[in-house]
Amino acid sequence: MALSYTVESPSPGFNFENSTRNVVFEALLNEGKSKAPSPLKTGTTIAGVVCKDGVVLGADTRATSSEVVADKMCAKIHHIAPNIYCCGAGTAADTKQMTDLLASNLSIFTMNSGRNPRVVMAMQILQDMLFRYRGQIGANLILGGVDCTGNHLYTVGPYGDMDKVQYLAMGSGDLAAMGILEDGFKPSMELESAKKLVRDAIHSGIMSDLGSGNNIDICVITRQGVDYIRPYEESAYKDK
Amino acid sequence: MNTRGLRSQLKDSVPVAGLCTQAGSYGVQDPLRKGFSSVKNELLPSHPLELSEKNFHLNQDKMNFSTLRNIQGLHAPLKLQMEYRATRQIQRLPFLQSSNIALDTLRGNDESIGFEDVLNDPAQSEVMGDPHMMMEYKLGLL
Repeated sequence: MALSYTVESPSPGFNFENSTRNVVFEALLNEGKSKAPSPLKTGTTIAGVVCKDGVVLGADTRATSSEVVADKMCAKIHHIAPNIYCCGAGTAADTKQMTDLLASNLSIFTMNSGRNPRVVMAMQILQDMLFRYRGQIGANLILGGVDCTGNHLYTVGPYGDMDKVQYLAMGSGDLAAMGILEDGFKPSMELESAKKLVRDAIHSGIMSDLGSGNNIDICVITRQGVDYIRPYEESAYKDK
Repeated sequence: MNTRGLRSQLKDSVPVAGLCTQAGSYGVQDPLRKGFSSVKNELLPSHPLELSEKNFHLNQDKMNFSTLRNIQGLHAPLKLQMEYRATRQIQRLPFLQSSNIALDTLRGNDESIGFEDVLNDPAQSEVMGDPHMMMEYKLGLL
């Protein structure tokens, strides 16, 4: 009687009431034959290349919602720190939220210590966060940046697996893009040829994959600064 | 002396018997507030992350303390746990949300942002307990 007036404050973080509700619904309706709708994944082609002077990241700009193009000028290259940028593939909301949290954490670090963040730090924070949620956050990320230790390119998968590589492609168009990268990559390339290689890789992803399309964005990170070229190349089928 | 009153002042929060929360006037679970009830849901987790999220901070603390004990000896986790216990007692009145600044600084949460700071912030919860009832419960007068 009186105990019903005392309230337990909810614990901060994720609340799993809706999944409880979904389980009850699936049991009630259709005796378990109909399933709850699953979140939509968007197709993408993203690629990154380490060159002599820095790192070049590229992405297409199409966001799909099943068969409809939801956004023709989606920005898939997210700003993490003045010297670190991140391309995201997978569930669009998840990549955006992950990169925002990462950017906030790194800017707190910068304000605290007065130093520029390193790419390993960003990678470690992402890995910890994604592993904690056991792959339920669908974010495939390519993290690239230039810091005091050199030019780095990392990939982080949704389960927290990471790899440090010289060139990389991810997303639904990654097979086509990887083919171009494997063929054209040389260690310590010049900046202009690296930009052309990334552009060719994204272009082949756009041509071969239905989920990727529209324009190509390129982000060039060097010691001197960042050049975020948006769009680097516009689609030939743009409305006039 | 009313020992229950003194003991509740040392507790971190006002404990509530599990089944009585959100009970309607007849003691039955209120579906509008609690949602559909099913015995299976209360026994088994409905989401793969539910259990691991509930115990996440506990498990992290356990791991950190045992590593600390192995490296520095028993005194290190003991001293830290004493500090945690002391800072956990700095609370507002039971129906108000405390900022827990000292506890956050000890844990290192003041330098990081995660989902706990964005989602389901208890400071912005839509329900609040009845102030008089909660104070009386805490002081053992109820």
